Amino acid sequence: MGNENRIINGLLKLHIAFCLLFIFAPIAGSFVFSLNSDRFPSLPLGEFSTEWYRLIWEDSLVWQGFANTLVVGVTVAIIATLLGFGGAYTDFRYNFIGKSFYLALALLPPTIPVVILGLAMLAFLSRVNLSGSTISVIIAHGVMCSPFAMAIIRLRLSQMDPDLEAASWNMGGNQWQTLCFVIIPFAKPAIFAALFITMAVSFDEFAVAWFVSGLNETLPVKILGFLQGQVSPRINAIGSLAFLSSMTLIILAQLLLRSPEETKS
Amino acid sequence: MTKRPTLFSLILSMPLLVWQLMFFLSPLLFLVTISFWTVRNFQMQPDLSFANWGRILTRGVFWDAYLRTMVLATAAAAITSMIAFPASYAISFKMSEKAKRWIIFVLIIPFFTSYLVRVYSLQVFLSDAGVVNAALGYLGLGPFSMLNNAFGIIVGMITLTLPLVILLQTFSLNFVNRDLIEAAQNLRCGRLRTVFAVIVPSAKVGLVIAALFAFILSFGDFVSPLYLGGGNPPTLSIMITDITKSGQQWPRAAVVAIMMIITLLTVAFAAITYAYRERGK
Repeated sequence: MGNENRIINGLLKLHIAFCLLFIFAPIAGSFVFSLNSDRFPSLPLGEFSTEWYRLIWEDSLVWQGFANTLVVGVTVAIIATLLGFGGAYTDFRYNFIGKSFYLALALLPPTIPVVILGLAMLAFLSRVNLSGSTISVIIAHGVMCSPFAMAIIRLRLSQMDPDLEAASWNMGGNQWQTLCFVIIPFAKPAIFAALFITMAVSFDEFAVAWFVSGLNETLPVKILGFLQGQVSPRINAIGSLAFLSSMTLIILAQLLLRSPEETKS
Repeated sequence: MTKRPTLFSLILSMPLLVWQLMFFLSPLLFLVTISFWTVRNFQMQPDLSFANWGRILTRGVFWDAYLRTMVLATAAAAITSMIAFPASYAISFKMSEKAKRWIIFVLIIPFFTSYLVRVYSLQVFLSDAGVVNAALGYLGLGPFSMLNNAFGIIVGMITLTLPLVILLQTFSLNFVNRDLIEAAQNLRCGRLRTVFAVIVPSAKVGLVIAALFAFILSFGDFVSPLYLGGGNPPTLSIMITDITKSGQQWPRAAVVAIMMIITLLTVAFAAITYAYRERGK
């Protein structure tokens, strides 16, 4: 295209910058405010302070929430990835009557508003006497996270040469051996990526967890509690730490997905 | 493949099916069931009563909240789509492959930050003595009231949906046939006309679906209306959390939730029908 217009392209770039600023200002702001002495930060900013981090460090409730988050996150990641792998392989390998129903059931949860899912889960789980426990959060997050795991692993499987499986069968491998020695090794980067990403999703999920968790609150539910109570920049400190841990997981997942050849061994 | 299912295939496919049937479909069906139950002595009792439906659907408070939620979500979806389009256009048509990959990665980051923390941070930005008003003050403007009103709610909803909308729009624009654009330009179609007569119609399905997602997310969001809008008057999601958290009137909350699902399904159906209609005409 020869007739590129510099001014228009410049404006478009400016617009992208504006969008990114809009998206990232609250995230960056939260970091800055977490290290700022003011309770109600404004311009000009107050002094540098690690007071809020000290407060959460000393808060046993925060530690309790963190422990719950970690237990839920790790368990959910494993369950969601196992379920997601099964679903992804089923979609990859088989055709059957009712497959669209199967896929809809597997992939729809993220499109249901969290308040509705939360209410439905609360009503249902308390009926079967499971609400108000860590298990109820794990169940709910398993539902919400497995679609992500399934999508990630399914994408990787679609990159696989379908002849690989056939070759393994021709050489006498049964279905289980093919699964263990051909498919799982091939999908390994995606499996780890799915573990990390589902863990990150569970770490940040607060709404459904808030409905079903009862007294076993996860950290995001604690933040919700802080928000409803007094204004406290402790939220920023917790949020910044949570962001760093989520980002670590995402970057690990990205590295795994981007250069599968190096991590294949 | 029409063979009978093997043990192997069942072991792989069944766990997900069973899990989602038990913990996803059953709760939703149970929600429909309890909307017909009654509450006596703070206990839900199985029943087949339309009292909850009658009570919710005849109340002005519900319909006010319904209308408010519709207007807010529609406005948020429209504004987000309009803000996102120039950005998606520039990403899809003006950037190198490497820059594209980077910006897509950057746009995925917000999904893994706590929406709550972002909203709390926005409170600090938007409050009367907050960062934005202080910055405007240096320019001799303001202060503007940006919290506890529709403006605050919509800003929050845009924060939630903008990254997703840009990503979905970018993916759909990536599939627009580049030859069409060149053809349009060879026929001396102006730049702006190329965008609206060639690019937008070819990417229509993706653009509509992006707006639909923005609508769904905004319609169900309770955080922005609560913490940036002040929570009063309520939206439908706030009604659900209020009713649920303040007692045992879950059947009434279920009615509100089912009305929301019906609305979302209707809107999604209408949007998808619209997206695929007249395609290729």
